[in-house]
Amino acid sequence: MQLTQEILTLLQQDSTLSPKAIAQMTGSDEETVRAEIERLRDEGVILGYTIRINTEKSPIPTVEAMIEVKVSPQRDLGYNDIARRIYKFPEVESVFLMSGAYDLAVKIQAPTMQAISAFVWEKLAVLDGVTGTATLFIMRKYKENGTILVEDEVPERLVITP
Amino acid sequence: MNYDKVLASPVVSIPPSGIRRFFDVASTMQGVISLGVGEPDFVTPWNIREASIHSIEHGRTHYTSNHGMPELRELICEYLSRRYGVRYDLSSCLVTVGASEALDLAFRALLNPGDEVLIPAPSYVSYAPCVTLAHGIPVAVPTYEEDAYALRADVLESFLNERTKAVILPYPNNPTGGIMTRPQIDAVTRVLSGRDVVMIADEIYSELTYGGTHESFAKGMEDRTILINGFSKAFAMTGWRLGYACGPKPLIDMMVKIHQYTMLCAPVMAQTAGIEALKDALSSDFAQVRAMRNAYNRRRLLIYEGFKDMGLPVFEPRGAFYIFPSIRETGMTSEQFCERLLKEGRVATVPGNAFGDAGEGHIRCSYAASTDNIMESLRRIRVFLNHLN
Ligand SMILES: Cc1ncc(COP(=O)(O)O)c(C=O)c1O
Repeated sequence: MQLTQEILTLLQQDSTLSPKAIAQMTGSDEETVRAEIERLRDEGVILGYTIRINTEKSPIPTVEAMIEVKVSPQRDLGYNDIARRIYKFPEVESVFLMSGAYDLAVKIQAPTMQAISAFVWEKLAVLDGVTGTATLFIMRKYKENGTILVEDEVPERLVITP
Repeated sequence: MNYDKVLASPVVSIPPSGIRRFFDVASTMQGVISLGVGEPDFVTPWNIREASIHSIEHGRTHYTSNHGMPELRELICEYLSRRYGVRYDLSSCLVTVGASEALDLAFRALLNPGDEVLIPAPSYVSYAPCVTLAHGIPVAVPTYEEDAYALRADVLESFLNERTKAVILPYPNNPTGGIMTRPQIDAVTRVLSGRDVVMIADEIYSELTYGGTHESFAKGMEDRTILINGFSKAFAMTGWRLGYACGPKPLIDMMVKIHQYTMLCAPVMAQTAGIEALKDALSSDFAQVRAMRNAYNRRRLLIYEGFKDMGLPVFEPRGAFYIFPSIRETGMTSEQFCERLLKEGRVATVPGNAFGDAGEGHIRCSYAASTDNIMESLRRIRVFLNHLN
C-alpha cells in the first residue's frame, strides 16, 4: 500500500523515472516496482504517461476555455447521457458534474478563440437538454496541475555551505 | 599600523575555513552540480512566509523581549515536550539568532580560559572555532564508522579530566549522517553523571531522521543539558536566522545576559514566522515537515545505493541530509579528490577534513538536492572514478 502510493506520487512528479530509480528511492527492489507499475496499468489506475506543456510557450497555438453548462437532466438517464454527448467531442478536454450554480464544467482546447466560439454555438448550445452556457476564456495561467507556470521564485543557494 | 599587534590572538589562531576555499573555486565555475550545500533546497513553506509578511504589513517591526516572544517560547516548549519528551518551561527557553548564536552563547557562558570542550569528530565546522573564540580549548573525540559514527561512552570517558567543562552532542550529525540510539545516549549520560560537565546537545537536525523518531539527549537530563535547536533545517528556514536554547535556568539566565547586550533579540519577523511554523506543525501532525523528510529520505536511499553501486565504501546515513563516503582507496586526500572531482567531474562536494582530521579520507555529499541533480552527479562521479582507474 505504502509502496503503491510512493510509486504513484513519484511517477506523477516525473513519469520518466525508471523502475530502478524508484526502487532505490523507496528501498524496494526493481522487480517488485516493475510488477506493481504493471498491475497499476492493468487495473487502470495509471492511465498513461504524458508530458505537461506550458501552452504559453508552446509553438502549438492553443486557446482554452472553461464552459459552464446548465442542463435539464433527463428522466432515467440523469446527467450521464448529456455528459456523454459532450465528452465525445475530441476538442473537449474534461467534463465534470458540479455542485452549485451550473451543472457541467467543460474544459475545451482549440487553436483559436473563433474555434471555441464556433464549438459552443454550433455543437454544445444546440444539444438537447442544454439550457444555457457561459464561456470563460482562460487569459493567463499561473499554476496548473501543481506546476507554477509564471516566473516565480529563483531560490539562490550558495554553491557550498557548511 | 602593525595590524598583527592589534588583532586578538584567538581570532588569529583560527585557520581559514576549508569550506570557504572550496566555495571560492566552485562559485566561479560553470556547469557545476553542487552536493556541497548544507541547507535545505526547499523554500520556506508558503504559510510561514505569508504569516511573516502579514505581520510586517501590520507593523510588527519592533524589538521583542530579550528572551523572545512568549507565544513562540510557549510553542517551543510544547513542541519539545510533545515531540521528544523533553520538559523545559518558558523561563528556561531563549530564542536566538539561529542555533549558531545559541552555541556561541553557551560557550561564552560556560568557559573560563583553558576549559576544555569535548567535540565528537568529525562534526560541524563551527564548534572548535567558537570554543577557541570563547577562550576554551576544543578537544576532538573520535567517532568511528564501525560505530555508525555514534559517540562511544568509553572513548568519551578516556577524554574526561578536571578541565572538561562541556561535551557537544551533535546528533543527527553533520557531516556523517550518524545518529544516537537511546541505549547509546544512556551510556554517554551514565559516564557524565556525577560530574560537573554540561551536555551541549546540538539537535538542529532532529526532524530529519529516517526510520525512527529522534531521541533527545535532554530527555530526563534537562538539568544538565543545554539543548540547542532551530528552524533552519526542519522548516527550511536557514535565511531567517532563528534558533533557540533550552537549559537549566541558572545557565540560560547567563546566556540571556550575553544575548541582551550583544543581540537584544532575534528578528521579530523571523519569530513571527517561527510561531506559524510550530502552530501549523503541531496542528497538522507535522504534515509539511513530514513531506520534506519523505523527499529527503527518497534522495538518501537513491544516493546511498548510487555510491554502493560504484563500489565506494559508504555508511548508510540515518539522519540529517548528508552522506559521507570513503574515498581512501583512490589514494588521494579528501581535498585532492574534491578538487579534481570539481574540476574534472563538475560536481562540488566538501572534503571530509573540513570537519576535522577525523574526516580525512571521506567526502561530504549533501542530498538536499533535486533527484535529477543527484542522479546526474552520481553519473558524473562514476565517470570520474572510472577515469582514475
Ligand atoms: C550541526 C549544525 N549546527 C548548527 C547549524 C547552524 O544552524 P542555524 O542556521 O540555526 O544557525 C548548522 C548549519 O549548517 C549545523 O549543520
